[in-house]
Amino acid sequence: MSKLVLSGLGRSFGGFAAVENVSLTLAEGEFVSLLGPSGCGKTTTLRMIAGFMKPSAGSIAVDGRVISTPEQVVPPEQRGMSMIFQSYAIWPNMTVGENVAFGLKLRKLPRAEAERRLATILDVVRLAHLVDRYPAELSGGQQQRGALARAIVIEPAVLLLDEPLSNLDANLREDMRAEIRRLHDAFRITTVYVTHDQSEAMTTSDRIVVMNHGRIEQVDDPVSLYNRPRSRFVAGFIGRTNFLDGRIEGGTLVLPGLAVPAGMVPGLETGARPIGFSVRPNTIGLHRGDPGTPWSCAGAVVERAFLGEYWDYVVQPCGTAARIRVATSPLDVHAVGAQVWMSIDPARIVEVPPAETA
Amino acid sequence: MTRRFDPLILLWVALALILGFLVINPLLRLVMTSLEAADTGAFTFANYVAAYGRPRYVQALWNSLRLGLSVTVLCLVFALPMAWAVSRTDMPGKGAIRLLVLGAFITPPYLGAIGWILLAGPNAGWINKLYVALTGASEGFLDIYSFPGLVFIIAVYSFPYLFIFTSSALDVVSSEMEDAANILGAGTLRTMARITLPLVLPAILGGAIVTFLETIALFGSPALIAIPARFNVVTTQLQQFFSPPVRAEVAAAYAVPLLLITVVLFALQRWLIARKGFVSLTGKGGERRMIPLGRWRFVMLGYCGFVLSLSVLLPYAALSQAALSKAWGQGWSFDNLTLGNFHYLLFVHDSAGQSVLNSFIYAASAACLAIGLALSIAYIVSRKLLPFAEVLGFLCMAPFVVPGIVLAIAFYAAYAPPPFALYGTGLILVLAFTTRFLPIGFANASAALRGINPEMEEAVRILGGGRLLAVRRVMVPLMKRGLIGAWLLVFIPATRELSTAMFLYGPKTRTMSVMLLDLSEEGKFEHLAALGFMLLAATIVIVGVGYRLVGGDFMMRRERT
Repeated sequence: MSKLVLSGLGRSFGGFAAVENVSLTLAEGEFVSLLGPSGCGKTTTLRMIAGFMKPSAGSIAVDGRVISTPEQVVPPEQRGMSMIFQSYAIWPNMTVGENVAFGLKLRKLPRAEAERRLATILDVVRLAHLVDRYPAELSGGQQQRGALARAIVIEPAVLLLDEPLSNLDANLREDMRAEIRRLHDAFRITTVYVTHDQSEAMTTSDRIVVMNHGRIEQVDDPVSLYNRPRSRFVAGFIGRTNFLDGRIEGGTLVLPGLAVPAGMVPGLETGARPIGFSVRPNTIGLHRGDPGTPWSCAGAVVERAFLGEYWDYVVQPCGTAARIRVATSPLDVHAVGAQVWMSIDPARIVEVPPAETA
Repeated sequence: MTRRFDPLILLWVALALILGFLVINPLLRLVMTSLEAADTGAFTFANYVAAYGRPRYVQALWNSLRLGLSVTVLCLVFALPMAWAVSRTDMPGKGAIRLLVLGAFITPPYLGAIGWILLAGPNAGWINKLYVALTGASEGFLDIYSFPGLVFIIAVYSFPYLFIFTSSALDVVSSEMEDAANILGAGTLRTMARITLPLVLPAILGGAIVTFLETIALFGSPALIAIPARFNVVTTQLQQFFSPPVRAEVAAAYAVPLLLITVVLFALQRWLIARKGFVSLTGKGGERRMIPLGRWRFVMLGYCGFVLSLSVLLPYAALSQAALSKAWGQGWSFDNLTLGNFHYLLFVHDSAGQSVLNSFIYAASAACLAIGLALSIAYIVSRKLLPFAEVLGFLCMAPFVVPGIVLAIAFYAAYAPPPFALYGTGLILVLAFTTRFLPIGFANASAALRGINPEMEEAVRILGGGRLLAVRRVMVPLMKRGLIGAWLLVFIPATRELSTAMFLYGPKTRTMSVMLLDLSEEGKFEHLAALGFMLLAATIVIVGVGYRLVGGDFMMRRERT
């Protein structure tokens, strides 16, 4: 059943629309990320869900009960949600135990039950031995786990996370995102996770909502989002990609350095029009000799960088100004200036709207 | 779901009414009084004609401006080298220098003036006596009862403003900015002239403006020095309009230009400090290296020590000697030593003991009122709880541009006549002090609030706690230190406030500062010094407690202004 429903949600500040017409439905127990560059409206959306901000259009409902409209907002304390903040917001005047037990106390649980839940959650986040410490004595990762425990222990209807890992260093961040997913698998709390980091979103989420300029670009599971982006923005934001812009004329697809029958691309509408494709660098083959397929073209290596796990080449197809990124195995070594052939797999290219100035 | 009536509206109305009473009404009454005939209440410009019609009244205004400028220049000479040495060089003894600057900062200027009367009075002053003894001249070379004497006495207690402004600006200019100039080929002097100085110039100008305004608003030192020296400044002239027969309407008219000058110059100061482009002043400090001075560092230390002995060491020594003497002119000797002055003040004199009590009671009440009011309003403003909350914030800051003496006249105009008839009561003093120091309270309460991430409060809300619980369990405990600091920053100046009390006290409601001025007319310097000594001792104890509770530089941080 649907747990959290956003319908036509909008918020403007003065004349500026920070969030526009956002509609989204979360199933019970689902983990959904709001992903986008800063200023895309993801945090504003989250704060509206939490009740800290009133929408200027649309509505929010939990379990079928409307909790936010432009007229009336149920205050945050009556929403039964919990949230993890960018700054963790661990109260420095209370011990770890007092922090985590705070929400339980407010719910006036029987003492034994409250103590049992406190002990359980502290075990789960591995903070049991620090229960009487003050937050200032904790490391960043421990504070983060304390914030997680404090939010989860009340078994909220919806858990909200606002870029919770942005203040941690890179190694800790990887551990913590695994931790967040592990806790979700254990408690199955419906979760909305705001981040600007695509790998965070991809490792934790059931579905990802990509936002840009206050609007939803695409909602999909991580695999579909990567393989079947529906807009140039999504293709460029999730992973790296090349955009090939060209046109279809009389059943022939013309791209920089290529002219092939359009029918070879699975599922492609072959009518005449300008067209664009997203081609991932790691789907392009790089060869020393002509592979002899129509989906290949000659070019020259103009830049290269070795990144350990792969070689990153920039190849310029002969007779064009295009620059195509190609990622190859670390064993495929080509010098700058070398003559190479690129081959493209028509099954792995994705149509996107053509460039506006093409 | 329907829109409920928000009880916060009531709070807004209540706060607006209080601010209307404390800020708007007095200033309105001031301007109205200046435009009304005293007897009929008819509209007239006659008061302005009376106030500025005589050459000597205009001369007093001119004297004030001259005084302000001279003091500012002297303060620049005192403060700039000291601020640079403390912030940017390897001069030794910085901790002691900072402590002594704090000493100068917390010394009431009129008390320092009394100390300097003992040191440089025309005949009996210690320095003059020493000079006569050493040179055999017939009379001393210093006369504190003169315009230069007044400039000097004010400057030695005003330079801390400039010191604080300049050193805090220098503290945030990162060495990397200077390094960047060095690496591109600029030498030390060129770097100083092209990079460092321009970066801190707005702060220096801002500090200079504050110094100028503080000087022209000062009442105590001019009353002690200028009147015997037979010249007037605006504030002493205002007092004369207030001596019987009281001509409050002329005083009001005379005060309005002072108010206008202050408003304009503070607006200029804000503009200078707030201008964008000097982002480095608010940015991160970055790493700083101290400039090695070599042997010159002792020269710098000597200079700082010299200035500070003028403002703290010498006058304090003179004051304590007088306070503990039967007759101060007889110098340090066992026979001359006595605690009789304190005994006389506390137990014999008919109102001195009461005045000590009054000062602390009024100051504590005003501090509680000002902080309570400031905190409520700062919270509403920072959380944008209500529309037009900024208006309340603006009203809280407005008294900042009102000189104390003008505020006193405004309160007199508004609340001395019936129906309030508060003149001479303790209440009017408490309310006037509250208003006068409300901006300090508001600035500090806002800073304390800004220091706490709103997420701390939101975390309470989302877990199911209401706003009041969030304030009680999280906000107040976290702001405790900041609030104690703010309370002290109101309490300390309120204990020595003179210019506001001067026109509002009654026979039973004298404060220590008023008492000091009364005693000075009797010329009993031993009593005067003893009373000042008590005020200083109490202040030092309170500041010391503040340092323990609040920590660090709480008196000399820049947010205060």
